[in-house]
Amino acid sequence: MRNDYEVAVVGGGLLGSSIAWGLGKLGQRVTVLDEGDIAKRASRANFALVWVQSKGLGMSPYTLWTVRASETWSRLAGEMREQTGLDVAFQRPGGFHLSLSEAEMAGRAASLDKLKNQPGAANYSIDFLDHEGVRKSLPGIGPDVVGGSYCPLDGHVNSLRYFRAVHTGLNLFGVDYRPGHAVSAIAQVGGEFRLTTAKGEIRAAKVVLAAGNANQTLAPMVGLSAPMGPTRGQILVTERLKPFLHFPITTLRQTDEGTVMIGDSREELTDDTTMKLPIHAVMADRARRMFPLLGSANIVRTWSGIRVMPRDGFPIYDQSESHPGAFVACCHSGVTLAPNHAYDIAPMIVRGALDGHQVGAFSARRFAAPAAEGGKSYW
Amino acid sequence: MFRRSAETTGRTVTITVDGVRVSAREGDSVTAALLASGLDFTRQTVVSGSARGPYCMMGVCFDCLVTIDGVGNRQGCMVPVREGMAVSRQTGKREIGR
Repeated sequence: MRNDYEVAVVGGGLLGSSIAWGLGKLGQRVTVLDEGDIAKRASRANFALVWVQSKGLGMSPYTLWTVRASETWSRLAGEMREQTGLDVAFQRPGGFHLSLSEAEMAGRAASLDKLKNQPGAANYSIDFLDHEGVRKSLPGIGPDVVGGSYCPLDGHVNSLRYFRAVHTGLNLFGVDYRPGHAVSAIAQVGGEFRLTTAKGEIRAAKVVLAAGNANQTLAPMVGLSAPMGPTRGQILVTERLKPFLHFPITTLRQTDEGTVMIGDSREELTDDTTMKLPIHAVMADRARRMFPLLGSANIVRTWSGIRVMPRDGFPIYDQSESHPGAFVACCHSGVTLAPNHAYDIAPMIVRGALDGHQVGAFSARRFAAPAAEGGKSYW
Repeated sequence: MFRRSAETTGRTVTITVDGVRVSAREGDSVTAALLASGLDFTRQTVVSGSARGPYCMMGVCFDCLVTIDGVGNRQGCMVPVREGMAVSRQTGKREIGR
C-alpha cells in the first residue's frame, strides 16, 4: 500500500504552514489541506509580536517554550530570506508594556512577580522603569505614562510577509498546498488516514491537525481533544509614518513599512464581521495618551479577528493513542512560536512521537484535571 | 503640461509651495493649483520612494497627498486654496505630529 503522502497537515495558517515547512525541509512528502483565501484566519488578523514577557503564568513550561522561540526566530527569518528572498523584518530590540496609572503599574508588577516565582520559571530579565526610564527609549511618551516593564527578549515581525514567505517556501520544498480542501471527516483504515475533503479523499500515513479553533471539532475524529475558547480582537491601523517607535509595545507597534498598529481588544465574541466603535475609542484614546503626537495621525484601516485560543490559553500539542500517527497542534501564539513549530514539532512528527520532555506539559490531558487559571495573558 | 481654459475666472490667490510663491485662482483645489503651476509630481511614495502625481482628482486615489499648513497627508484635490496657504511636497512617509 502506498499513501498519497507521508503527512497531511490540516490547516494552512501560520501554525500548519510552519509545521509543514519544517516537514518539507526534512524531505517529507507533505500536503497541506486548507480552506483557502476565504478562510477566517488569525494568520492575517494578528498583531505580529514575538512576545515573551508575561507569558506562562500558570504553566512555566510555556514560558520556556516561548523563550526558546524568541531565541530561534532570527534563524527562521534568515532561512526564509535565503530560501525565498523575502525579508520578514524580524526585529528583537526588546519590548515594553506601558502603564497609564499607578494601579496598572502595581498590577503588572504583581503578575510578573508571580510569574518569576513559579517553580521551573525561565530566568530572563525584566526591567521595571519609571516615566523617565521609559522616556530614554521612547522619547515620545505622554505625561500619563507612569512607567513600564521592558524585556529584552521581546520583538516583532512582519507576520503577513512571513505568511507569504512560508507559503513560498512550502512550494519550493515541493509541499502540495491544496486550497478548497476543508476537511469534514477523518478515518484511519489499515494504518492510513483517509481525509474527506470538499474536493475528494486524501490519504496519508500521518495527520497533523492545525486547523485553529476548528481543531475542537476535528480532534475527536482521531481520538484527541482540543478544548478551545476563542476570543475576538480588534486592531486599528494608521497611515504610514516616518519611523518614530523603535520598540514594540504590547498594544502599539510601528511596522517596518511605517504603519502604526493599535491593538488589541479581547471580546467574548466569535463574530468578526462587525466593528465596535466604543472599543476602538478606548484603544485610540490609550494610544494617544501613550504617544500624544499619534492624536494627529489618520486611522486608515481597522479589522477584527478571532483568536485561536485553547481554553486555558496555553498551547496544545498531543498525539493520539487510539489513532497512532495522528497529532494535534493549536496555540494562540502562532507568530511567536513559529520557529518551534518548524524546528521542534516537525521533526517529532517525522519520528512519530512527540518529545515528552519538551512538550509533554502541553498535552490536552491536562483538561481532565481542574483548570489552571491565568493562562490567557497573551502579552 | 496643463493650461488654464479661457473660461476660468476668479480672483488670484497666492500660496507658497515649498516656500516659493505660486499664483492660483480662487476655486482651485490645491492639486489643481500645483498642476497649473507646472509641478508634475507632488510626492514620493512611502515605501519605495518613487515619484507620484495626482491621478483621480476626486478624492479616491490618495496619490496627491501633500502637507498643507503643517498637516501631512492631506488630499490636495479635496482642499480649496486659500490666500497665504503653505503647501509642501512630501518625500516619503508623513512625520508624526506633522
